Amino acid sequence: MSNHQALGGRIFTGPFIVLLVVFVIGCVFMVERFTEGMGAVSNLNGGFAWGIWVVYDVVVGTAFACGGYALAFMVYVFNKGQYHPLVRPAVLASLLGYAMGGFGAFFDMGRFWQFYEIFIPGNWNFNSVMLEVGLCVTAYIFVLTLEFAPALLEKLGLDGLLKALNKVLFLLIALGVLLPTMHQSSLGSLLIAAGHKVHPLWQSLHMQPVLALLTALIMGFSIVIFEASTSAVGFGRESESPLLAKLGKVIIGLLVAFLVIRLIVLMTQGKLGLIFGFDFASLMFLLEMALFVIPVFILLSPARRGRGSQLLIAAVSMLMAGALYRFSAFLFTYNPGPGYSYFPSVAEIMITLGIIALELMAYLVLVKTLPVLHPEKHA
Amino acid sequence: MVEKELDFSEVEKRLGVSRRTFLKFCTGVAASLGLSTHAAIAMAAAVADPKRRPPVIWLHGQECTGPTEALLRSEQPSLEHLILDLISVDYHQTLDAGAGHQVEAVKKKAMQDNKGKYLLVIEGAIPIKDNGIYCKIAGETMLDITNEAAEHAAAIVAFGSCASWGGVQSASPNPTGATGAPQVLKDKTVVTIPGCPPNPANFIGTVLFFVTYGKLPPIDDKGRPKWAYGRLIHENCYRRPHFDAGRFANEFGDEGHRKGYCLYKLGCKGPETYNNCPSLEYNNIGGGVWPVGVGHPCFGCSEKGVGFDKPMFSLADVKTHTPPNMFPAIEQREASGGLTAGAAALAGAAAGAALGAAAMGAKKLDAKEGDQD
Repeated sequence: MSNHQALGGRIFTGPFIVLLVVFVIGCVFMVERFTEGMGAVSNLNGGFAWGIWVVYDVVVGTAFACGGYALAFMVYVFNKGQYHPLVRPAVLASLLGYAMGGFGAFFDMGRFWQFYEIFIPGNWNFNSVMLEVGLCVTAYIFVLTLEFAPALLEKLGLDGLLKALNKVLFLLIALGVLLPTMHQSSLGSLLIAAGHKVHPLWQSLHMQPVLALLTALIMGFSIVIFEASTSAVGFGRESESPLLAKLGKVIIGLLVAFLVIRLIVLMTQGKLGLIFGFDFASLMFLLEMALFVIPVFILLSPARRGRGSQLLIAAVSMLMAGALYRFSAFLFTYNPGPGYSYFPSVAEIMITLGIIALELMAYLVLVKTLPVLHPEKHA
Repeated sequence: MVEKELDFSEVEKRLGVSRRTFLKFCTGVAASLGLSTHAAIAMAAAVADPKRRPPVIWLHGQECTGPTEALLRSEQPSLEHLILDLISVDYHQTLDAGAGHQVEAVKKKAMQDNKGKYLLVIEGAIPIKDNGIYCKIAGETMLDITNEAAEHAAAIVAFGSCASWGGVQSASPNPTGATGAPQVLKDKTVVTIPGCPPNPANFIGTVLFFVTYGKLPPIDDKGRPKWAYGRLIHENCYRRPHFDAGRFANEFGDEGHRKGYCLYKLGCKGPETYNNCPSLEYNNIGGGVWPVGVGHPCFGCSEKGVGFDKPMFSLADVKTHTPPNMFPAIEQREASGGLTAGAAALAGAAAGAALGAAAMGAKKLDAKEGDQD
């Protein structure tokens, strides 16, 4: 049998009820969006066709959900079995993150009822980056569901089905590595397609996919640390810092690669001067750089790396750095032309917060009822 | 090479057009057929060679002579000369100078002399009810004339919607049993150039192809040359982006109509009609001269079961993607709403809560690890 176990315990805790309230408020606006239309709830306009729904829920949210991707890479591609205890919770978080990303995308689709068209091969437009992202994300949600299915099957005691699934699981895991590599890099290609609307500091053209992929991996590893840390605190479990510290070493390489590529691209494109313009874009860039550099210093020192609090600070810093990189490129410094401006409306933000609350609630319920977390070693 | 140059100068003299105009024309035809410039030169050489001009028998049935009129009135310099020079029209009821028994005798002789070599062009529908007595030429029914002429034709071209599938007189209740040539000549290959009137360019391209290569261009299941009728009007229409964006003219003269929006809601049959009107336009005038170009919905004149069959202003049966019945209002929003205090507070609170929780978590982890040690 598996060596995972359900956490158990009460479901309706204080934080859960707070999340529930946020979700219910969000629901009111979700209903309004589908009955009254997008214009009634959002501040989206002709220039900013994408607002917080796509940029947070899909672009940043799926990067937050890359924990399963990053760990699958580590455990199965580099054969680092020691990280295995972290895989199942990470896959659950990825599944929820991607499912919510897909759900969030529906709010942003003007004609969402035509979404099924993307599954009809005859209708495919091979020149569209969105096609690749849309198909890949949908496929990945299915793959993640199957990757997570063993937890449910164990719970239900369906051993025959579990054995059958375990036989093909290697294939699903391979897809679980391939698909995110494809669509996370395509999120970078979207920025290439946006051309001059993307601020020069973020428009790295053909290097966009590499940078998008690196941020996805950095954020994926960070979210694993973040989840393990918060479940140590929130569920009163033993800290997994030693294992996480080793993960921290891997991240240093990714961070350095990202920073070096980012700066070399700016240098070869002759844009270094823009960094010190001290306008809004330059400040956003400097903040982003600081958020990327801080974790490098924390993780380089073995003493700091060994401490759970420092690891958590590094992880949060990287999550914010990656999120800021994507937010800046897609929204903050995005310039669709004169006359356009955008800041999300209250209703828009509440829908996104409602989706996040739903995701967190689902995570809490599932780790308490299904065998997701690893039992503590010294328990 | 020298010989070719001489040939073209001969053409210049014959047609009264400059060599440049002539070659430009051939290149244009080759391009609209999707062929290379080599094909254009081959076509020019074929036109220049008088020995290759095929004799043509041109029949008229139930029709308004629209196709012939369209051909003769094309604005391209001397196009009609070119056509009449390219082919040797031995019999054409509209253009023949002679009349009566004389021309009928010429026709019989031409058909006899060029057995298996002549090009048969059919213009107009063929009534088949009551043995075809509703259309007679020189005492013979169109049905008999067609069957007789088709017997030894090298190739058969049905020119215009009437000859292609029956046209206007085949519209319900069709009292004379008007039928298209392909339906009458079931065991023969009939190339159809439908349209009411058909675009002369589609006829010229097809005939030039035949003269140059000695065979007919690739055709679809309805006998239409694929190069001209392979795509829906909707697919190449320059109003298509308006369709996709949901911008429609709702009535003649409204704002959408004046702005050149999609005519689908006015009954445009472009989404179910196969023709190349959007790319060739009409009568070589340019400047958007074709129905949709001048603001009228496509009538579907070249499509069987659409033109003369469906009501003019009824919605087309869209062969590609259908739009929903209700589109959101068209408005050009720029800066909408803007930054409100509530939104700023909410965004700040969410970010603050996340950061605060992380800080608390870090603190607790420190305390916890202190205990563990």
